[in-house]
Amino acid sequence: MTRYVAAPAASLRLVPLDALTLAYHRPSGITHVLASPAPELLAALAAPADLATLLARLQTDYDLADADPAALAERLAELETAGLVLRA
Amino acid sequence: MRHAHHLRIGPVGFRIGSDWRAPIDAVADLYRDYPAPADGVADYTVRLFAARPWRRWMRPAITLGGDYLLPDAVPMPLAWGVLAAEMAMNLQLALGERRYLLLHASSVERDGRAVLMTGVSGAGKSTLAALLMTRGWRLMGDEFALLDPESGAVHAFPRLISLKNESVGVVQAAVPDARFGPLLTGTPKGDLRHLVPDARAIAMAAAPATPAVLLFPSFGYAAAERPVPPSEAFVRLTQASTNYTALGERGFDALTRLVQRVPARAIDYPDTATAVAQVEAAWAAA
Repeated sequence: MTRYVAAPAASLRLVPLDALTLAYHRPSGITHVLASPAPELLAALAAPADLATLLARLQTDYDLADADPAALAERLAELETAGLVLRA
Repeated sequence: MRHAHHLRIGPVGFRIGSDWRAPIDAVADLYRDYPAPADGVADYTVRLFAARPWRRWMRPAITLGGDYLLPDAVPMPLAWGVLAAEMAMNLQLALGERRYLLLHASSVERDGRAVLMTGVSGAGKSTLAALLMTRGWRLMGDEFALLDPESGAVHAFPRLISLKNESVGVVQAAVPDARFGPLLTGTPKGDLRHLVPDARAIAMAAAPATPAVLLFPSFGYAAAERPVPPSEAFVRLTQASTNYTALGERGFDALTRLVQRVPARAIDYPDTATAVAQVEAAWAAA
């Protein structure tokens, strides 16, 4: 099972603003504008997790009743492309 | 370069050189009250040179140059010398500046607190800044505001005010005795005329101010206002900055700090009198 982890905290500057969170990715120098659930996923991936574990964490932390594993996998793929989530 | 003029606009020193005397004389006249670069050293060199050697005499055409170049810049008629110099100065600053975060915005100041106005071309940045200058505000600049990442203060860049099309007549009517450059017709931006900032703007050009409010004006709509959330202000300002990417994390920190501390409003206006009242009210409420 693939395990994911958020990019190291030292590589990211996260600034939450109103509905969006700004993320400055130090290795690439790129600024990302993140909408929910991206900031929540980064927080939940502070420690490595596979998809099932991540889903369980999100259900506990955010009261998710109708979590969709396929959608979650898509969001993870986007964050991985951006370099904000890595394979653990 | 055969002919040259040195000047300082706010914290930025320029050396403008040219193959021809006429554009340098025109620039030197309009900028005659501006100081020389600090310590005599220019930050940027601007060159107005002939597109081909013979074009110094035959149908003279100006090509812009300097430390930074745009490969597709089109040569301009010699009569547009002041415009060529202004564009070349803007270009050097826009591409080369690393000390300050450059915001494509006009700004005016009162009591040490600045209003920053940014928007697309035609939104009225220059016109509003010029009119506010005639109403007791200190003009800080009509094109660029220089945000200091260390202090969060904004520095002035009061170059010649670039008035286009209808705003030429509007501002001439408001300040008929002010000094204007030649009327340039048929430029890529339409009819264009430069206005020399007033004596106070030039005398106080080295004085920074604290940003008090960010405004996003739009001309040609019924009067309306809405608060702009910090995230939207951030995205708009990254688009309005020419060197945000080049500044890296300093730029990110400067801009996030700005949008977190300073309220932002979008203002739609049908005429300049309405806009001036909106700016005054936004500044007073901030």
